[in-house]
Amino acid sequence: MESNAHIRVNNLNVFYGKDHALKDISVEIPNKKITVIIGPSGCGKTTLLKSFNRLLDPTDNVKVTGEVFVDGENIYDPNIEVTHIRKKMGLLSQKPYPLPMSIYDNIAYGPRLHGEKNKKKLDRIVEHFLKTASLWEEVKNKLSAPASRLSVGQQQRLCLARGLAVGPEIILGDEPTSALDPKSSQHIEKRFLELKQHYTIVIVTHILRQTKRLADYVLFLYMGRLIEHGPAQEVLENPKQEMTREYIQGIIS
Amino acid sequence: MDKRSLEENIFKTLMVGSTLLILAVLLMILGTIVVKGLPFLSWSMLTQAPKSGYYLGKEGGILNAILGSLYLTGGATILAFFISLPVTLYLNVYARRGSRLVYVTRFVFDVLWGIPSIVYGAFGFTLMLFFGLHTSLLAGMITVAFLILPIMTRSMDEVIRMVPNALLDASYALGATRWETAFKVVVRQALPGILTAVLIAFGRGIGDAASLIFTAGFTDSLPSSLFRPVATLPLTIFFQFSTPIPEVRGRAYAAALILTIIILIISVVSRFLTKRFARHVVR
Repeated sequence: MESNAHIRVNNLNVFYGKDHALKDISVEIPNKKITVIIGPSGCGKTTLLKSFNRLLDPTDNVKVTGEVFVDGENIYDPNIEVTHIRKKMGLLSQKPYPLPMSIYDNIAYGPRLHGEKNKKKLDRIVEHFLKTASLWEEVKNKLSAPASRLSVGQQQRLCLARGLAVGPEIILGDEPTSALDPKSSQHIEKRFLELKQHYTIVIVTHILRQTKRLADYVLFLYMGRLIEHGPAQEVLENPKQEMTREYIQGIIS
Repeated sequence: MDKRSLEENIFKTLMVGSTLLILAVLLMILGTIVVKGLPFLSWSMLTQAPKSGYYLGKEGGILNAILGSLYLTGGATILAFFISLPVTLYLNVYARRGSRLVYVTRFVFDVLWGIPSIVYGAFGFTLMLFFGLHTSLLAGMITVAFLILPIMTRSMDEVIRMVPNALLDASYALGATRWETAFKVVVRQALPGILTAVLIAFGRGIGDAASLIFTAGFTDSLPSSLFRPVATLPLTIFFQFSTPIPEVRGRAYAAALILTIIILIISVVSRFLTKRFARHVVR
């Protein structure tokens, strides 16, 4: 079966030592939609997200079986070149981690790694993506200031711009608003809703309200298993599985 | 007074007491060197090599030892740095997170840290014989490099360990290789700490005498070649103390004062540089 989904997961299993963290996950992530992964803490949400760009690699004792296809390539194929996979995805972590350099260099970091040296082009890239992340107006006069001096909310938008600057088609967010105040969270959510026109977005969250606001498609994980997945409305309003219903009603957490 | 506030007061007294004790010891050491050494400190001591009869109280200085110590420890620090940095980057960036090898390596370095410097001296001497080297600046450099390697590596390791994994992941997620992440992100983030580690190691190296007795030797002439013996401050202090002549013993205190001032300058410079390089550090 050919599919044009950017991310297609086939029988994915992840083990941390003896701990079986993800069990037989198979799913397709719809393109240019916001997919939200929900489930109680420790259910494997973050592991699943990290498996999409092979960020599980640096962890000791981790074993992955099965396949994750990104644009038709199995990224767990031993011959694959990992940096080119990661370049296809921007990542937002729970707490924003600006790189230890200036605002400008943070955005230019990715493009420079991938060979962009032209100062004018870099200037344009920096401006463009800071605008996309709606941070430009706040920082345009202090691009050479250390990124660490920005507020946490601004830092998260900087990380978004930084991720977008390498030209990905997919954005991954690991509870991207959990460290932010309500206003900054709103800011980020708004960006996601704009960005889904052009990007495939996958977010992990434990906030159900956020899921309702953002999700087009929902994956519900419980104890490492994919219990249910489908269009947001169906899963949230009319879950087929008992467990999903209990989670959404707040009975299990 | 009830029991809990009594407890509180006892511990407070103990803590303040210990702090004052340490301060007092430090001040007494400094006081001794300054009081006993300052009268003998002279311009010629800083600018001349010992002339004949210097150790009997005649003219001359200890420029041989000042330069010798700076060259030797400088060289040793550079040598150690080029081993320490790759080791720490390997432990923190390349090796898998939480792997056994990392644990064992750290343990080995901790053990090495505890080995007395005279043992490093003996080891350096054995190496020297094996390679057919004589007591020389080079042999001393290599020995001191061994001595300060664990100190530098573990100090660096402790700061690089503090770099959050999520920061590394952020760099990987942008398509950076581990090499790029190590040098463009980790080193920049940990730069103030790396600098401090280097200077701590330098300070430790420049004060050590035992590792140099067999390896660097001693000479009254200024350092001229990597393959000739070289004088060092700790040893010149030792030799001057060993004489019964008051004038020469006074100069030993003066030499100790010089050594202390060098170390003081290094600490101040390191503080200053640390602040400067901390500009971009993400907290």
